[in-house]
Amino acid sequence: MDTTRVPDARPATHRWPRFARRGVRVAGAGVVIATCLWALLPQPFGTTLVYSLCISLMTWLIIDLSRMAVASRMPGWFGKPASSDGKWPGWIWMLFIVVVGAVFGYAAGNEIGNRLTGLNLPGPFNSNLRQMLALLVTALVPAVTITYFFQSREVIAAQKAEVERAERQAAEQQLKLLESQLEPHMLFNTLANLRALIAVDPERAQAMLDRLIAFLRASLAGSRVGAQTLALEFDRLRDYLALMEIRMGPRLGASFTLPAELAGALVPPFLLQPIVENSIKHGLEPKREGGRIEVTAGRDGTTLVVRVRDTGVGASGALAPTDGGFGLGHVHERLATLYGAAASFELVPADDPRGGMLATVRLPYAAAPAAGVAPTPMSMPEKVS
Amino acid sequence: MPARALIAEDEPLLAATLQAELAKLWPELEIAAVVGDGESAVEQTLALRPEVCFLDIRMPEMSGLEAAQALAEDWPDDGTSFPLVVFVTAYDQYALQAFERAAFDYVLKPVEPVRLARTCARLREALAARSAASGDARTSDGTTSTADPAGLAGAVEQLRALLASAPAVAAPAEPLRVIQAGIGNAIHMVPIDDVVYFEAADKYVRVLTATREYLIRVALRELLPRLDATRFWQIHRGTVVRAEAIASAERDDSGKVTLRLQGRPEKLVVSRLHAHRFRAM
Repeated sequence: MDTTRVPDARPATHRWPRFARRGVRVAGAGVVIATCLWALLPQPFGTTLVYSLCISLMTWLIIDLSRMAVASRMPGWFGKPASSDGKWPGWIWMLFIVVVGAVFGYAAGNEIGNRLTGLNLPGPFNSNLRQMLALLVTALVPAVTITYFFQSREVIAAQKAEVERAERQAAEQQLKLLESQLEPHMLFNTLANLRALIAVDPERAQAMLDRLIAFLRASLAGSRVGAQTLALEFDRLRDYLALMEIRMGPRLGASFTLPAELAGALVPPFLLQPIVENSIKHGLEPKREGGRIEVTAGRDGTTLVVRVRDTGVGASGALAPTDGGFGLGHVHERLATLYGAAASFELVPADDPRGGMLATVRLPYAAAPAAGVAPTPMSMPEKVS
Repeated sequence: MPARALIAEDEPLLAATLQAELAKLWPELEIAAVVGDGESAVEQTLALRPEVCFLDIRMPEMSGLEAAQALAEDWPDDGTSFPLVVFVTAYDQYALQAFERAAFDYVLKPVEPVRLARTCARLREALAARSAASGDARTSDGTTSTADPAGLAGAVEQLRALLASAPAVAAPAEPLRVIQAGIGNAIHMVPIDDVVYFEAADKYVRVLTATREYLIRVALRELLPRLDATRFWQIHRGTVVRAEAIASAERDDSGKVTLRLQGRPEKLVVSRLHAHRFRAM
């Protein structure tokens, strides 16, 4: 399954305004720290504020820039994809960056402070060990706190973006499924046939309209139900094939085999539809004399086996990739999402003289407790990638 | 002489309806044949020479577009008028844009009588203009070669425009570099630079190099998008030749173009649709 992540979707141009906003927040924190220190230390507020601001900003600059630099090189260094959660290089790196940032930030900020005020306060590199440790702790506590604060915000923002992306993708998938079911070419051709039938055979026209209504209703509702019985799934296929039979005339023959004890077996709705559609589109429609579609269900221990067999033109040339269309890919995807390795789907040339293709779907057998639709429409997890 | 028409439509009910609607709107139009696939459409049109062809786009074996191309390539030079082509389709926004650009007539399914009536009026006008033109040409100088009374050159131009504006079919990432041709249990890797030309043979394609011939199980229309179009030129609906392997192109008096190849003895015929590629620089 495809699990590659979409790289950080936020455009790079948003990076610097957010960087500037963090800088303003750090300056705010610098004011708070200055106020606290002013209460404890003999220096006047102005001086404390200058030092506090210089040191906070320098520390933040070093930490934030190193963080971004390290995080952007991560994939190259460790051979794993860059984390999308706010360019976070991991706690080990971060601890190192914070300590180094605090030491050098303090030194640089102190130096700038000295220049601005004309005083000569000792920095970490020109004081004794005790003083240095005390200063370091004073610098480290806010550095760690502020880093932690920013990191949490980034993680939350990234999670929110991830959720939004997932929702968007799920919606797109549903739309695609619906589009593939209500393919305009199929719809307009069906309507054209219906229009023709009204004049020549109103009764058949009515029957065809009923099939179309059932098909449309099921298509629109299908994507909202988690599972439905095999009997219902076969009914939907019958509607679809009946519509196609009217269109293709004697070029299409269809048969269904559903053992009574499997009528209540549960399947994801419209799972088989793309397979049958594929058989028509790539197997029977291109064939002058048409052919048959046979849909059969069987049980193999705890596995439900559904086969769709056509007698169409068969596998196309050696060059043709596995049908790039949405339909069959979607069958694979849904089975993988819902059942993992317990389900499978294969499409191979049928190995008898009648030719055509044989599609086989295997999935864990589960029976509906009561007749009809599944009791609770479990929400169908669409694959998110 | 009453006009005759051919209808190519694979869905029987729709073919019958179109025929019935035409009978109402244009009673004098004689339906010469109704066929259900592209190949029969070409065969029957060449045999019956109708004045009008209604071609469905999606049909088995060969699409309506391919049928129109085949007709333009195979239409005889005996002065018979090339049919006026009307495409019929249920839904295909790209094709419709292409038809508009190439000035082809088309009708949408379900066919609206009003729209079809307009199409019929246009067809009648065109047929009248055509017979007047051919009459003039004959009376004025006794030959038919000066104008385009058969409408063939016009149709070829239209089809060329249509082919040029056809939407690219999902451009492949990279053109093929080798052709993998199976012979017995072995797969021969034929470098694309060795290929002199490709020739369609039913559902297969013959791959001809200077020294050998291979058969690959793929339709030419599937192979074509995988080839580098600047190097591999389609010269006929069934032939694609590597441009560097063309030694010379000769145009005879009737305008027919024939290619001589480097490394192969065969001479290849260029169809009308593709002859415009072979002009001196």
